[in-house]
Amino acid sequence: MNNRISFNKFYKLFNIISSLLIILSIVLLVFKGLNFGVDFKGGTLIELRTTDKIISVSNIRDSLNQLNLGDVSVKNFGTDQDYLIKFEKKDFNNPDFISDIKNKLASSLGNSFEFRRVENVGPKVSSELLKSGIIAIVLSLAAMLVYIWIRFEWQFSLGAILALFHDVIITLGIFSLFSLEINLSIVAAVLTIVGYSMNDTVVIFDRVRENLRKYSDIKIFDLTNISINETLSRTIITSATTLLALFSIFLFGGEILKGFSLAMILGVFFGTYSSIYIANPILVFLQVSQKTILKEEKD
Amino acid sequence: MLYFSKIRIILIATFTTIFVYIFLSNFIKFDDNVFNKKINLGLDLQGGSYLLLEIDNSPVITQKLQNAIPEFKKFFKEKKINLRNFKIVDDETLIFETTPDKVNEVKDSLLKKEENIINEYYPKYRAHKFDFLVDQNLFKLNFSKYGLVEIKDSSQSQALETIRRRVDEIGTNEPNILKRGNDRIVVELPGLDDPSRIKNLLGKTANLTFRFVIKGSEETFGSEKLEFEDGSEEAIVSKRIILSGDNLLDAQPSMDSETSETVVTFNLDRVGAKRFGKATSTGIGKRLAIVLDGKIISAPVIQDAIVSGSGQISGGFTFQSATDLALLLRSGALPAPLNIIEERTVGPDLGQDSINAGIMALAIGFLLVILFMFFKYRIFGLIANITLILNLFLLVGILTLFEATLTLPGIAGIILTVGMAVDANVLIFERIKEEKKGEKNQLIAFDSGYEKSKTAVIDANITTLIAAVILFFMGSGPIKGFSVTLGVGIFTTLFSVYFIARLLTSLYVTKNKHKEKLI
Repeated sequence: MNNRISFNKFYKLFNIISSLLIILSIVLLVFKGLNFGVDFKGGTLIELRTTDKIISVSNIRDSLNQLNLGDVSVKNFGTDQDYLIKFEKKDFNNPDFISDIKNKLASSLGNSFEFRRVENVGPKVSSELLKSGIIAIVLSLAAMLVYIWIRFEWQFSLGAILALFHDVIITLGIFSLFSLEINLSIVAAVLTIVGYSMNDTVVIFDRVRENLRKYSDIKIFDLTNISINETLSRTIITSATTLLALFSIFLFGGEILKGFSLAMILGVFFGTYSSIYIANPILVFLQVSQKTILKEEKD
Repeated sequence: MLYFSKIRIILIATFTTIFVYIFLSNFIKFDDNVFNKKINLGLDLQGGSYLLLEIDNSPVITQKLQNAIPEFKKFFKEKKINLRNFKIVDDETLIFETTPDKVNEVKDSLLKKEENIINEYYPKYRAHKFDFLVDQNLFKLNFSKYGLVEIKDSSQSQALETIRRRVDEIGTNEPNILKRGNDRIVVELPGLDDPSRIKNLLGKTANLTFRFVIKGSEETFGSEKLEFEDGSEEAIVSKRIILSGDNLLDAQPSMDSETSETVVTFNLDRVGAKRFGKATSTGIGKRLAIVLDGKIISAPVIQDAIVSGSGQISGGFTFQSATDLALLLRSGALPAPLNIIEERTVGPDLGQDSINAGIMALAIGFLLVILFMFFKYRIFGLIANITLILNLFLLVGILTLFEATLTLPGIAGIILTVGMAVDANVLIFERIKEEKKGEKNQLIAFDSGYEKSKTAVIDANITTLIAAVILFFMGSGPIKGFSVTLGVGIFTTLFSVYFIARLLTSLYVTKNKHKEKLI
């Protein structure tokens, strides 16, 4: 049998590590929170490009601070002539709000800059976007739970869903740790991670089920290991091609897609890991055996 | 599994060719006019402005309650029922009293289902326009849930028309104006990198009225104190409306030949001209206030009777502000004020940069995946790669066929599809390798490889599809674009793997079935 690597020897170790990572992520999420962008917090975002080397982050920040815009954040965005400006205030009642800011900036910085992108999100819209983002993620987890339940037995469903939670929470924990911005595209990334991680888990589960039918004398502890090994080269190749695609988005796809592709890269990494080290140990823990699936087939 | 009939081969080839053609038509101008659809670029790629407007319906609701008062009075007067003490509370509740002996009769009139002119019944909702409570002889009326829906729907439709006229007047290229929910409107303006003028125009209700300025409280209609537009002074203005914006046929900016001031000239319809003539002939020497959205633009003293049905508005305009006012007057008033609650603007050069970056990332990602697959599987890698290329053509072809909108996250979805699409082939190839260990007959090994990997391939793709579908319904704008490419990508992947790749595999394997090591 193709049983080269004893993944199952490390189930305990990695389960402890994963539990610690999840606790750490939850602590971070509760106490540090997420760095929500204007999509979810409301406010104004301006992407500014300068053609003048004299303009610097501190320049821009100083000129903006005089405009009484609330909490202003200015940072470089990709190249050293691009800046991302964010502030809390958004004034929808004044249609000239943005042009006023532009004029005031021009009077203190000169005319050698342009606004490349402006986003203004009101509090009502941002709270709706946040709500629908959360609903989307919860809904996708629920849909996966149901799908696996239909296709397999509840033990598999539980294993898969815990693996998904693991991936989503740790990815968000990392975003919290490094104060990376959470915007709409991150929600898209999280949903895609859910899909991808599930995809990985399903392939291994499919093999576990097949092997359960085939061998009645092998314990689930070893059976999962056999199944992981049998599907291992597929796991590696698919992760590799997906990561190749993601890294090319990360490196060449422009600044706007950086956060998205980073979240996806983390998600693919943790999704692959959790398919092996979360989903399978759950099957072992729940003592899945040939009976589990035979019962299903009798029904 | 490996057998393909001639008809099937032809079908697959035709289908694929059609989509390759559609794909190419995005980039090459074919001179045949067979197909002229194109992928739309999202605002984040072509540059432009997205505005989300919310209609503030509260003044409309109050106005409708106001209008209900005389209707109620008249209706019940004919039935010899006297209603009194009409009041509007909190801008949403209408209160009135009747005599205790008539309470039931009033109730019955309100509850009537057929031809109820004071409390309309909507059979489709099985509900009346108003919900009401009776407290002894006191009636409290509120718009029912469906009454509010009707109000919102109608003001949304009106607002949409007015917005369309205003946006069209400015002449931006291919604006997209859509309803969202029942009190919001999306305005998408491709190519517009500074929306401040549009925002200025959409921010105005443009409710124009001509009313007399009065002294003291000589007016029976009631009066109100209004400020001048420039804040310089205030005046007491009658509530009696002589003319409103509805009476205007046309408005244009022009130059007054005597004062060389920029003015707005207007033409009135027949009813308006008559009323204007009458008012100006009886009111010589009085000041006529021209009120726009609760502010006085100007209040000239009437010198002569104006019976021509045309006139002019002065008010210290610049040419730009006169042009905008004329435009607002031509396009009509909004039924209710609009609030801009979301705005996203992308400059055209950022859009172009995003396209370039997206194509670059796609090209590099594609190349890396193709090289990887070739080195890993050689001849079968080549099959997987041909499949991948055709898959990309199919994906872009389908997006073109449905004139879908491609956004930057959408391009990311395509790249991701490239990375994940090979998964199905990998699953199959790996399975075939396993099957060959126990099976001498190459053809049977290939067959059972395809057969046994099927559930895994389908399950794996359905999970991603579920995520894409949820994202499509919950996501907005660019994110929707991502879910579309990801979702369509799954179907094209399954097609290309089970038809194209399997066909190529079958052709190769049947030709080389005697070779020792096929995969």
